[in-house]
Amino acid sequence: MNDIDITPLESTSQISIRRLNFHYGKYQALKNIQLDVMSHRITSFIGPSGCGKSTLLRTLNRMYDLYPDQRAEGEILFDGSNILDRGVNVNDLRAKIGMVFQKPTPFPMSIYENIAFGVRLHEQLSRIEMDDRVEWALHKAALWDEVKDKLQQSGMSLSGGQQQRLCIARGIAVKPRVLLLDEPTSALDPISTMRIEELLNELKDDFTIVIVTHNMQQAARVSDFTAYMYLGELIEFGVTDEIFLKPKMKQTEDYITGRFG
Amino acid sequence: MMNLKLRRRWINRVALMLSILAMAFGLLWLIWILSTTLQLGMSGLSWTLFTRMTPPPGGEGGLANAIVGSLVMVGLATAIGTPIGALAGVYLAEYGQRSWLGHATRFINDLLLSAPSIVIGLFVYAVYVERTSKFSAFAGVIALALIVVPVVLRTSENMLRLVPDSLREAAFALGAPQWKIILRVTLPAARAGILTGILLAVARISGETAPLLFTALSNQFWSLRLDEPMANLPVTIFKFAMSPFKGWQELAWAGVFLITIGVLGLNIVARLMFRSPKH
Repeated sequence: MNDIDITPLESTSQISIRRLNFHYGKYQALKNIQLDVMSHRITSFIGPSGCGKSTLLRTLNRMYDLYPDQRAEGEILFDGSNILDRGVNVNDLRAKIGMVFQKPTPFPMSIYENIAFGVRLHEQLSRIEMDDRVEWALHKAALWDEVKDKLQQSGMSLSGGQQQRLCIARGIAVKPRVLLLDEPTSALDPISTMRIEELLNELKDDFTIVIVTHNMQQAARVSDFTAYMYLGELIEFGVTDEIFLKPKMKQTEDYITGRFG
Repeated sequence: MMNLKLRRRWINRVALMLSILAMAFGLLWLIWILSTTLQLGMSGLSWTLFTRMTPPPGGEGGLANAIVGSLVMVGLATAIGTPIGALAGVYLAEYGQRSWLGHATRFINDLLLSAPSIVIGLFVYAVYVERTSKFSAFAGVIALALIVVPVVLRTSENMLRLVPDSLREAAFALGAPQWKIILRVTLPAARAGILTGILLAVARISGETAPLLFTALSNQFWSLRLDEPMANLPVTIFKFAMSPFKGWQELAWAGVFLITIGVLGLNIVARLMFRSPKH
């Protein structure tokens, strides 16, 4: 799948970001961002620390709402409406746009409950349906074989890599349409990282994926589209191969060739 | 070069010696207290301690009414004070961290936490006992509950704040409402610490004398009525230990021994609980 050249035309836009500005108090962290996240593709945000890539990701599910001094202006169109509007029900939004964080964050409950927790928030399932959903999510996250005999054990008893796959399973169990990943492998060892990268490639059949990464090789390996950001601005956005092989902007080239960043 | 290393090694030894001495000095008192109470309490320890009432001077008896009275009052005070303290702790840690109400509550709680217990006893005397013109077990319960609240509040808030924000964010990212996150994620994550705080509060109030002196007073006889004075260990110990009667003095020491062992036990349980579910 990955080596086929995918142009934006072959996919439709899932999320359209228009004229997005973001402020932490007085500090402006995002400046006039315009970008389309393509449906059933993996989009990666890269750039040096502090460039705003995580901030951009966190506007997509309104995570910044938790902090009173943070605000976003502009448009993020999803399902035909602007998710930045005041009237949007953020809990429903987050059921459609899930998120996985940098550090694995299993909840203090069993492996089974870790996954059922999110599902119960949005759906009423029978016992059997819930069992099926938990198994489906764990299969999707390539964790089922390792945990099928210990679903009642604490989620915290798993290894770091397993915990992160549990968090991915927890995110997809809600059946969102978009999955946001904020440096999902930066706290993991190389083998766990490889497993999660393989997993992402399989997951894009079902989900639209946006990943923030510090690791340029990772962006090159897993993503179809890449956005290079610097100091809160979107410098370049396009098909991953083009960004890495023949970037249009000098700044992008300097960053990906390691001359800066 | 060698000289420096040698000097450092000596400084290290001296520092180690000093800290061991300090530790030994602290332990000495604890062991002394325990051995004295054991020694003096032993002679009064027997089954009749738990089955018979406090005797008149010179008579034979036990501490049954005082033990039960203490259990009743400490139990009720914990049952009343814990939910208030824990809920206020949840408010401070999860909702009102930076609000002025949060700051004010935290400041007042710190005052309450360090208020001498005799102040609390006199306060309840003034606002409750004087008005009902009667010493009563319920007044004692109020006074003890007032001591429980700030302890539980403080530990609950601290333990909840130790729960990493990343865990809260992860739950928010699933679309969970805040009350559900508190109930299912942050409170369970802080459970061991909060329970420890409750146990320490219980340990603290089970030895308090001053707040009961002005409220529940004491009772020579068996009574479980909350609107009457109720016997309790600390005041009984106070009264018996000061008396010239040998039988009373022995019972006082037996009571001291019971409280010491009880508090020690609670502390050990609290330690174990805090350690065991280390994720």
